[in-house]
Amino acid sequence: MTSGERRRSLVGLAFVSPWLLGFLVFTAYPVCASLYYSFCDYDVLSRPVWVGLLNYQDMVSDSVFWLSVRNTLLFNLIALPLGLASALTLALLLNQPVKMRGTFRAIYYLPSLVPAVAGAMVWLWILNARLGLLNQVLVGIGFSNPPQWLVDPAWTKPSLALVSLWGCGNTVVIYLAALQGVPQSLIEASMIDGASPFRRLVHVTLPAISPVIYFNLLIGIIGGLQVFTSAFIMMGGAGPERSVLFYAIYIYQNAFEYRHMGYASAMAWVLCMLILVLTLLASQISKRFVHYQGE
Amino acid sequence: MFLSPKNWFLLACVMGLSCACSRDSSERSSNGRVVVNYWEKWSGFEADAMRAVVDDFNRSQDGIEVRFLSVAGVDTKLLLATSSGHPPDIAGLWSENIPDFSEKGALTPLDGGLATAGIKGEDYIPLFWELCRHRGFTWGLPTTPGCVALFYNKKLFRAAGLDPERPPRTFAEFESMSRRLTVVEIERAGKRVRISFEDLTPQERGGRKYSLVQVGHLPQDAGMFLSGWGAWFGAQFFDGERRILADDPGNVAAYGWLRHTAQTYGVENLRGFIEGFGVAQSAQTPFLGGSEAMVVQGPWMPNFISQFAPGIEWGAAACPAADGVGGGSPVTLAQCDVVVIPHGARHPKEAFKFICYLQRQDVAEKLARSQQKFTALRNVSVEFLKNHPNPSIKLFIELSRSPGARYVPRLSIWHEYDAELAVARERVLNMRMEPAEALKEAQERVQWKFDRVMRRWDAVGKERVAEWRGYDEW
Repeated sequence: MTSGERRRSLVGLAFVSPWLLGFLVFTAYPVCASLYYSFCDYDVLSRPVWVGLLNYQDMVSDSVFWLSVRNTLLFNLIALPLGLASALTLALLLNQPVKMRGTFRAIYYLPSLVPAVAGAMVWLWILNARLGLLNQVLVGIGFSNPPQWLVDPAWTKPSLALVSLWGCGNTVVIYLAALQGVPQSLIEASMIDGASPFRRLVHVTLPAISPVIYFNLLIGIIGGLQVFTSAFIMMGGAGPERSVLFYAIYIYQNAFEYRHMGYASAMAWVLCMLILVLTLLASQISKRFVHYQGE
Repeated sequence: MFLSPKNWFLLACVMGLSCACSRDSSERSSNGRVVVNYWEKWSGFEADAMRAVVDDFNRSQDGIEVRFLSVAGVDTKLLLATSSGHPPDIAGLWSENIPDFSEKGALTPLDGGLATAGIKGEDYIPLFWELCRHRGFTWGLPTTPGCVALFYNKKLFRAAGLDPERPPRTFAEFESMSRRLTVVEIERAGKRVRISFEDLTPQERGGRKYSLVQVGHLPQDAGMFLSGWGAWFGAQFFDGERRILADDPGNVAAYGWLRHTAQTYGVENLRGFIEGFGVAQSAQTPFLGGSEAMVVQGPWMPNFISQFAPGIEWGAAACPAADGVGGGSPVTLAQCDVVVIPHGARHPKEAFKFICYLQRQDVAEKLARSQQKFTALRNVSVEFLKNHPNPSIKLFIELSRSPGARYVPRLSIWHEYDAELAVARERVLNMRMEPAEALKEAQERVQWKFDRVMRRWDAVGKERVAEWRGYDEW
């Protein structure tokens, strides 16, 4: 490396140094520290005491830990397919050459610009069993006993899944971009072959955008396993009978409410591993279904 | 473009100096007084009352300037500030925080200072003094204590044909009045009518096809004492050593009563009724909204009534306990707002001077009067009672001195214990579990958690106590 190149490298490094510094202080150090604390009994105030694998062993015998895993997986089983399918359906509709298409696109995207807390507060009232808009409508169309969305433990997870659809505008935009990229030649060829719109969708459009579906699935898994805000705001944390005590909420409770920072750190690492495993699993399964152009 | 080592050094010096200067500026006021930072949980009129006391203190001397800051979520923020080494000099907490915070080394033991200042336990109502102590040390001093009584709406009593000057005296009366005061809306002969629950036919009661319009009393609406219903059924929560007693027969009886309420009015009816209301201490609570006739609350309630529902004509009395509980003495649950000096506070001596100032009878009474509460001091001045804006203040003072007065267990994991009791309560109220079964589960979980805490205490306890004994700042 010549002195000029070295100088340019140093200038480059100097320019990225604020980010690097921020990354080291606010991400790299906490991540490493949390790994160490996960092997400690640590309450934030007193010095951490090394306890080896005890936090991980405690997790095995902690019934609420398993409940939080179950709640999170169940929620994702409802919310993830529902979210992906709804966003795709919306994107397909918004991709149709209709009047005021731009306006419709803006309308469906707008909710994702609303801050999560504000959205949650609105939904809190929409889903109110007695006074909420949704139940008023349901009663109006003949449901005599509509669900108590937020106070009946059986309905809390579906309610939050419903609320999660509110912010699917981002996913819709990604799908829309992908739909623009579906080769027109393939669509025309299938039309000449006499394929119905449904068959064109299944055999041309969906395979063509499968990498984007896969991307949204991965993002959905990663985000879904960390679901926190809506339950925290709308249910005050765990919800009735801990029915929406999600994994991230249990981590938060242990870390900041009960001050079992060591245990919370161990849980965070298990979550990290869980996400890694599920992502790898998804990528293995996806090999059969995802088609990249040029393959 | 690049700094030489010499320039780096200069830059570091400038940054260091600016840090040092900024720290200095917060330690001394412009007129040379030592600045004592005080974080308090109160907001609104309660914060205003303490702010006035702080102003009085600042005017009364010229060596210390207390700076009052109203902080939401003060307990969590205090812990984070303490762990980072920059706590305030004084913090206003709840007495339930003391076991947890002291065991974790977040507080400064005050005993040495108290001895020097001549402040003794005998100066206080015993129960409130006990609430300031843990593991043989004193960790804070009271600001305003509280205990609960039954507030009732006289207008609703009158409308139900009950004597508004005669609140319930026994638990059976409490229950029967509650049913009389409950109003439901039901369809009769094709028309929606509103009638008292007591006037429903047995078939209508059993069918539960009505909606609740007004309730006599909601066990779920007990504010911060929701987990303490067991106290009115003679429950013990902790054996004082190592055993958690969540499934104590008294607690099982209390939860049985909750279940009975849900059975009487219907799970969905109750859930629907409660969900229509808003957060505590707002105009949207059932009592302040005029839809609940009786509620268990503390001496602060008249303040909220005058703020949110000035039209309510209210009375207060001791909340009746189950038969035989309290040995004839009224039962109440008490707690106390306390001021503490966090571990690592920069000016503990100056902070302690202000805390001692708050213990003066005239100061404590001024603060209590402004907040419509009473003081934790044993002595009460005649003027205090005479000029107090809360007409029920004598009742609360008497309740706090009753042999039947109780407090929640002094455990560092009370917050978690409370959460487990809440889950058990929800399961019982939703009729998913029998009281004994739900409480057995809570018992196992809390015991498991407490064993973990004790495991740590066994490892560090001796060291911690020696550290506290060695504290000689005073």
